[in-house]
Amino acid sequence: MATPKPRVKVPRRAAAGEIITIKTLISHKMESGRRINKQGSLVPRQIINKFRCDFNGETVFSCDIEPAIASNPYFSFKARVDAGGVFTFTWSDDNGDVYSTQKTIELTS
Amino acid sequence: MKLSRRRALHLSAGAAVLAAIPASLLSAAAADATPADERLQQFTGGRTPLRDKITLTAPEIAENGNTVPVSIHVDSPMNRHSYVEAVTLLAPGNPNPGVITFHFTPNSGSADATTRIRLAKTQTLIAVARLNDGTVFMDEKNVKVTIGGCGG
Repeated sequence: MATPKPRVKVPRRAAAGEIITIKTLISHKMESGRRINKQGSLVPRQIINKFRCDFNGETVFSCDIEPAIASNPYFSFKARVDAGGVFTFTWSDDNGDVYSTQKTIELTS
Repeated sequence: MKLSRRRALHLSAGAAVLAAIPASLLSAAAADATPADERLQQFTGGRTPLRDKITLTAPEIAENGNTVPVSIHVDSPMNRHSYVEAVTLLAPGNPNPGVITFHFTPNSGSADATTRIRLAKTQTLIAVARLNDGTVFMDEKNVKVTIGGCGG
């Protein structure tokens, strides 16, 4: 499997107290452990099992993920922005790998 | 004390909301509790969810069971005193009923989440919200699946 690539959409600016929408996507097959491959064998489970979004070090939103989440997991959620700073996004793979990306946001005025 | 019309309507709406919850989901103590019932009980701590506050959005017909868009929204102030702590999605018709549990904080601003899920077959999807004070709410949507996706 190619290295999972995360893609995140966060507004560049927000007013203090504004609730923004964040969209995230990561390329990942999300093998459920129930698929039979062309050779007739069961492909073992390998999924992203956790996702977390932190802002300036504090967790804003997270999920515990099971194999029923579709391939290339997509999550959209909200965050209230009271100050400028950095959003950190982290995806944890069953195999122990962790993928991460960051986005900066500024306050308008 | 005279029961105002508004108060009477409010009380009867509450009773109707409670009555709407499927009996099977409330009786997980019964010998034939399904895995979905058990998951529900674990999440709610045994409390009975009210059919209120949470809205589950899912298509009536899913063309492809491998990727079905679903959203949840919970009506909540999302401040330190009252916020949604978690929302879990259950797909009782999948080999494993658990789908995802979203964890929110007051910093979420609004208890909203959207994702895409796998549904093995036509079924009634369930979303349950738990607030920081332990109160639980639920909503459900029937989704017809034309081509099943492996739910795992």
